[in-house]
Amino acid sequence: MTLSHFSAVLICAACIGIVFGITQRAEPKMMIRFGAYTFVVLVAVTIAASWGMWLIKH
Amino acid sequence: MATKADTAALPAEPAAGSTFPMLVLIAGWLIPGAGHLILGKWVRALLLAAAILAMFIIGVALGGKLYSPNTGEPLDILGFVGDLGAGLPFIIGRLSGLGQAPVLTAVADYGTKFISIVGLLNIVAAIDAHSIAIGRKPA
Repeated sequence: MTLSHFSAVLICAACIGIVFGITQRAEPKMMIRFGAYTFVVLVAVTIAASWGMWLIKH
Repeated sequence: MATKADTAALPAEPAAGSTFPMLVLIAGWLIPGAGHLILGKWVRALLLAAAILAMFIIGVALGGKLYSPNTGEPLDILGFVGDLGAGLPFIIGRLSGLGQAPVLTAVADYGTKFISIVGLLNIVAAIDAHSIAIGRKPA
């Protein structure tokens, strides 16, 4: 099995988002919001860090 | 002051010396989602089990490494502690001889990280179930 870096990030962020959403909030609505927030932040930070590393290299 | 409705929403306090919260914690560690299932939170249990097991299976399928405790390398020992958090999936994987091939590609390294993250996420899920069982977190 192979994955691109980006798809690996999406899968990882989705799974972490589900677990964090359920465990870090008590209300179902807040769980969904926090899970989605975690997913977006993880993906955004990874993309930003990737561009940061690209800029350092160039 | 807590109203009658607030009081009704709180779970019953476990009896002193009760083994139930510990059972929830250990079950949640051994089988992802089992702690929440015991507490009757089956939707949460299903989602946790799906997320954690899917990530573990993908990690192994990518060729990720399942760490062993006796290599003498401090980082390997830390990796083993992280992996051990996955509970039975990790133990079954080790006994089946999975994750023993050397990590030679970037994709396999993703797999190794996936498996370590699974262990940590499973510990978080088990502690969450324990917190609900002892009444620290609202059910």
